[in-house]
Amino acid sequence: MFLNPFEYHRAGSPQEALDLLNRHEGAKLIAGGHSLLPLMKQQLAQPTALIDIGRLAELSGVEKQGDSLRIGALTCHAELASSGMLATHCPILAEAAAKVADPQVRNKGTLGGNIAHADPASDLPAVLVATGATLDLMSPQGVRQVRAVDFFVGLLETDLAENELITAIHVPVLGQGSGSCYLKAEHPASGYAVCGAAVVVELGADGNAAAIRLSFNGLATTPVQCFPVVGALTGTDLADEAIDTAVNSLLSVEDPLGDIYASGEYRVQLAKVYCRRALKIARDRARG
Amino acid sequence: MGHKIRVEVNGRVVEREVEAHTLLVHFLREDLALTGTNVGCETSLCGSCTVWMDGEAVKSCTQLAVQADGTTVTTIEGMRTGDEMHPMQQAFWEEHGLQCGYCTPGMIMATSALLKHNSNPSEGEIREALKGNVCRCTGYHNIVKAVQRAAQGGS
Repeated sequence: MFLNPFEYHRAGSPQEALDLLNRHEGAKLIAGGHSLLPLMKQQLAQPTALIDIGRLAELSGVEKQGDSLRIGALTCHAELASSGMLATHCPILAEAAAKVADPQVRNKGTLGGNIAHADPASDLPAVLVATGATLDLMSPQGVRQVRAVDFFVGLLETDLAENELITAIHVPVLGQGSGSCYLKAEHPASGYAVCGAAVVVELGADGNAAAIRLSFNGLATTPVQCFPVVGALTGTDLADEAIDTAVNSLLSVEDPLGDIYASGEYRVQLAKVYCRRALKIARDRARG
Repeated sequence: MGHKIRVEVNGRVVEREVEAHTLLVHFLREDLALTGTNVGCETSLCGSCTVWMDGEAVKSCTQLAVQADGTTVTTIEGMRTGDEMHPMQQAFWEEHGLQCGYCTPGMIMATSALLKHNSNPSEGEIREALKGNVCRCTGYHNIVKAVQRAAQGGS
């Protein structure tokens, strides 16, 4: 498979990247290239020019800012998976990053690239929704913030405008009394999630669930949150039987995705199984 | 329009002009005649094109040659020292960790990168680390044994 010709420009700063993007109609940004290059090989994307932002050090790394973590958009999956900062303050993102594809892909693929691609079978979008993440989108007009839940709008479609660049992802620190878990049923060949469940549980002083956030990938074109299950379990002590009952009776998805590998009905069944397991693990982690 | 790139490949600095759309694996094989790196699926799934870029295993079918500008690349040809095979190559030899051999260069680059991070991996960790490398002869058993042998210093 060969790529169609295109122009190539390497940006020396985020501002230069935006400027290059503005000057080249049909241009795309490239970082690790692990979402974009496969699309280009299949001729599903045919940019006229690639603007390489892969070396912008200011867009990489994890740092704590008050009660949230700022993750540079260029941080690769291997860095997320091994980040001590994430292990302490947002372990679900490290857990999920360690499950993306394989070691070679994790060495190159970036968080920003992953979410800009917005594959419904990707691991990280659902995790960002479950953690309540916010994204910084930079354009010549400045930086605007968008909640992860609002960012994913359809199949391979996001709120990112053509003149914008994702610079950072902010995830709230998961403090004492919180527990989280990401589990997936993975496609045996590709490693993509057939269905994945991201769960964050926060226990109150009484040991009951003060807040629960659920998000699934693989079920619809964008991450699915299941509010009836959340409503039924919030305020309870998250006993195994309560979790099983709530998930089995209340988890439903209208018109779920289906394909040759897994029908929609089967995916919803997988979601129930992985949701029950992930809720129990997150609960146990929250209890310490 | 060509782009001038400068890459250190197997300890030798090379400067070449490449097209923007040239993949790293094609640059290695066709411009530098380093045909030890194989092209398999071309979709970043099979791992036969695995090389090291700045010391980390990457799939060279999913990198542009221009992205490698300024980096250090190691291919299977750069693994031996003089006439001595790399310990991982020797271990694949000893354990018969190959059948047709097509996946072998990528397997050796991926597994030797694993040992840089984890000098004594469990069998499970080895299999997990090989997730991005496919052996269509299904010779995984001896591949895992080879990695274990290399981790134990070839004994």
